[in-house]
Amino acid sequence: MSLNEVGSMIAMQGFSGLSLFTVLLLMALGLAIIFGQMGVINMAHGEFMAIGAYVVYLFSQLTQNYAPGLREVYFVPAVVAAFFVAGAVGYVVEMLLIRRLYKRPLDTLLATWGLSLAMQQFFRSFINPKEVSAELPEWLLGAFNPTPSIQVPRNGIFVMGLTILVSAGVYLLMLKSRWGIRIRATTQNRVMSSAVGINTDRVDRFTFALGCGIAGLAGAAFTTIGSTGPTSGSLYIVDTFLVVVFGGAANLIGTIASAFSIAQAQSLLEFFLTSAMAKVLTLMTIIVILMIRPQGLFTNKLRT
Amino acid sequence: MIEVNDLHVSYGQSEVIHGVNLEAKEGQIVAIMGRNGMGKTTLFKSLMGVIRSTSGSIKVGGVDVTKMPSYKRVKQGIAYVPQGRMIFPSLTVWENLLTGLEGSRTGKFPTDIFTLFPVLAEMKTRRGGNLSGGQQQQLAIARALAAEPKVLLLDEPTEGIQPSVIKDIAQVLLKVRDSRRITIIVSEQVLSFTMEILDRLLVIEGGRFTADEPRDKVDVGEVRRLLAV
Repeated sequence: MSLNEVGSMIAMQGFSGLSLFTVLLLMALGLAIIFGQMGVINMAHGEFMAIGAYVVYLFSQLTQNYAPGLREVYFVPAVVAAFFVAGAVGYVVEMLLIRRLYKRPLDTLLATWGLSLAMQQFFRSFINPKEVSAELPEWLLGAFNPTPSIQVPRNGIFVMGLTILVSAGVYLLMLKSRWGIRIRATTQNRVMSSAVGINTDRVDRFTFALGCGIAGLAGAAFTTIGSTGPTSGSLYIVDTFLVVVFGGAANLIGTIASAFSIAQAQSLLEFFLTSAMAKVLTLMTIIVILMIRPQGLFTNKLRT
Repeated sequence: MIEVNDLHVSYGQSEVIHGVNLEAKEGQIVAIMGRNGMGKTTLFKSLMGVIRSTSGSIKVGGVDVTKMPSYKRVKQGIAYVPQGRMIFPSLTVWENLLTGLEGSRTGKFPTDIFTLFPVLAEMKTRRGGNLSGGQQQQLAIARALAAEPKVLLLDEPTEGIQPSVIKDIAQVLLKVRDSRRITIIVSEQVLSFTMEILDRLLVIEGGRFTADEPRDKVDVGEVRRLLAV
């Protein structure tokens, strides 16, 4: 093996690690808001990702059947629609269900688990019981070759770009905007927030909807990587919670650091071991670290 | 500015406030004194809408706010500094002050806040939770003033605060009363602090006002006897 080939392999391996990192981060961002900020254990979070994926699938079906000429461009509006559809469903769910359970976190867990089962059955009965995949535009297929021996998959680059965009957006919203202040104030002290003039019911509803919308975006992005089935969401949920809990629940930087370290450990170990062993080792390491630091990697140190 | 008529408040079956009447004019500091458990905090919470009153009415600037949730009362001009300060610990000092603007009718940050509380200007980027108790109390008052209220409610502002800061707070309250002509209602157990600022004294006992005296009629010895446990 020439030096050039080794270099190419390292570059591609490095990219696959980064790619997994962005996938994990994208999944975790929505939950970092809902679980990390609001403290709601949303077991149906994976199903909101599935909603996003199905929206892209439906857009793809519609374009194929009614406007085949738009195949190259439908994807971007589909991703935007995925955000709004998942967000709108989240808005309604908050209004009908979550709102009544803020004081009962364990009941929320059960209720949202039930919701996730109901949503899965809805996908099965009304969309398709089998796995479906969207017809992707040309520009998302194949690979990009910076040199003849390096191949970087285009869908990976797309997911990466989207993740950077969404992370930056969430960061600015949570830490630099008035909405972010309202959200953080409400989650810290609901009664006092109302007493300084914040309409906390509205803040809760929009925050939950935003988290669900971001889950929808993640789901839409994953249609470029794999197919979508009624239970796809439940495959994501464990990793998603893992990233958020490991990072330290109320901390965005923690979420990013945690997604990065889990993804890098995972892809590095996969290179040397089987993927099942890699998963076992990563999980065990995380369990040990969480036993020593139950609050996660990053926390806000404060007097109370 | 604020007008309370026959206010009753209960927790479940047990009534805590038994028909309170109160009228306070602008530019007046009204002190409410009473021992623990006499209903001071309950009264304040019900004025702010944190707990619902069972009957009676509360008007601010002529507007009936009795049925309004807290955040709408703030828009009508009541601001609240609760017992135990309740600043937002993980928000910075500046962000804490911005939350005060949520209830403001102008939406503009009053420029004199940092003149009244120079210590907050120095600590602008620090997290609220990392401030000392006295600084947190000043932050809580500044946050309430940021909304430019007509009526300011302060529930035991000197509790657990070092004496030098208590003096500062008294000065600030007097300044604010004179410069903004707002009504300040303050509940207290510390007599010296109260005597320094009050225009009028109300004594609360068992959920009822038992005395109502203007400043020059207050008999310090009598009040001290009432406060003794």
